[in-house]
Amino acid sequence: MQINPADASLPADPRRPNSAVAWGLIGLAYLMAGAVLLVPLLLIVVTGFREGVGVYLANIVEPETLHAIFLTVLAAIVVVPINVGFGIAAAWLVTRYDFRGKRLLITFIEIPFSVSPIVAGVIYLFLYGGQGLLGPLLAEFDLKLMFTVWAIFLVSLFVTSPFVARELIPLMQQQGGEDEEAALSLGANGRQIFWHVTLPNIRWALLYGAVLCNARVIGEFGAVSVVSGAIRGQTNTLPLQIELLFNDFNVTGAFAAASTLALLAVLTIVLKSVLERKTGH
Amino acid sequence: MTSLDAARETPRAVAFGTSRARKPGRRHLLPGFGLTFGITALYLVLIVALPLAAMLLKTFSLGWPEFWRIVSSPRAISAYWITFSSAAAAAVFNGFFGLLLAWVLVRYEFPGKRIIDGLVDLPFALPTAVAGLALVTLFGPAGWYGQLLVPLGVTVTHAQLGIIVAMAFTSLPFVVRTVQPVLEDIPEDVQEAARLLGATPFQVFSRVILPLILPAFTTGVVLCFARAIGEFGAVVFIAGNLPGMTEIVSLLIFIRLDEHNYPAAAALATVLLTTAFVTLFLTNLLQAWQLRYADKSR
Repeated sequence: MQINPADASLPADPRRPNSAVAWGLIGLAYLMAGAVLLVPLLLIVVTGFREGVGVYLANIVEPETLHAIFLTVLAAIVVVPINVGFGIAAAWLVTRYDFRGKRLLITFIEIPFSVSPIVAGVIYLFLYGGQGLLGPLLAEFDLKLMFTVWAIFLVSLFVTSPFVARELIPLMQQQGGEDEEAALSLGANGRQIFWHVTLPNIRWALLYGAVLCNARVIGEFGAVSVVSGAIRGQTNTLPLQIELLFNDFNVTGAFAAASTLALLAVLTIVLKSVLERKTGH
Repeated sequence: MTSLDAARETPRAVAFGTSRARKPGRRHLLPGFGLTFGITALYLVLIVALPLAAMLLKTFSLGWPEFWRIVSSPRAISAYWITFSSAAAAAVFNGFFGLLLAWVLVRYEFPGKRIIDGLVDLPFALPTAVAGLALVTLFGPAGWYGQLLVPLGVTVTHAQLGIIVAMAFTSLPFVVRTVQPVLEDIPEDVQEAARLLGATPFQVFSRVILPLILPAFTTGVVLCFARAIGEFGAVVFIAGNLPGMTEIVSLLIFIRLDEHNYPAAAALATVLLTTAFVTLFLTNLLQAWQLRYADKSR
């Protein structure tokens, strides 16, 4: 809603704060949002760059930190496309067909949201770890998944699997299948329908889901710390590296790594608000 | 609707298409049922169902007496108490703060509104380890907040207050993002009518607005509580992690894994998992309530 305070002929916009109570509430919101949200963010970025960009960069190119960044980026490159694919398939299935067991399927799509990070790591440990269900089988073939990068990929897949589906399902539900059915009746095949009808309709929501999925993969801590083994320079992702540096009393190093992730978080929020406007949330 | 991450779970029944009456006759008109069903089912079995089953199987193999011995040990009990009471405190704080933010963001136009709206998403976008590092530094004796609080005798780091702070920070967006859309949907004339009938602003809020947003608000608080129970990254930085004092359940599980005490890890993880599922069930009930509410107000 646009406000034009100069135009007195219009009735006062009810959204314009006009009482002491309103301004009091707004003041309180400023104060709290500033103290609780803005100050921690500023602290990270300011401390990370306090000793200059040179020191920041020197800390980032430390071999262990650099490897942690590489591993974190690699996890995002592997996990995000897979969960985009899953999200599209699941959303198409749930919004375009009726079938028995749909509710159960939807419940399973949602489950990873309610599983806490440590538990997410633990369940994978009991599947693929030495003590796990498939542990003996893996050992027989001399395969090791836990405490390797594969474990990081797997738990990240679990933790972020619902992100894209959750963005697509409400949108595709709302759009309905009429466009696709029209294309079908005009003789389009499944692939053509997807690329020319569905994808253009859902592209912003898809990107939005991918951005959220990406942010979570990059930031995941608990689940990864259970299964990665956190071996320096081998299976340490950037969030784990922050904890390691912090416990080593390397505060400058920890803040350099943290400010990198904080800047990524800010970028995520900006992208998110742009995409939200595109998708009309 | 504006929201980042898990707060968007809220209108789940709507989102996942379970609330609408199904249209008969278009069951499998479009191609791709087999393909998408195959991909989705296979992926869910491999990524979600199989690992969950593996852990539950491990827990069942312990037998009831052993399971009970583990989950009722004094150290476990004190970990539950610390986790649940801290999560409850964080949820109450976010209930008030979230409601305030949602109200201000929906009801008023003011400078910096966009920035505050964006900042609300920060706790979901910021990796929890980064949040933990920021909070422990801020509240430490030499930190910006610690310098002010420590002389007053308020210790946040290495204390339960620190756990509450970390939990409150990481679960902050839930209440805002669940209440915001509902508040936006309340027509101005409802309040106008109440005001014209002589209600005071407080009465308008408590008798008109509050009942309308109550289901969404409760959902937000429950989601917040659930997230706080599972929070790990931010808490371990600030809590000091002393057994019986500031040791949360997630950390106890982590310690048991480190000690190679796998039965204990499985049993405790099952307790957390069960809590999560009960909460999920509760939020689904709440959403059904919310939908009935929404239908009634139409």
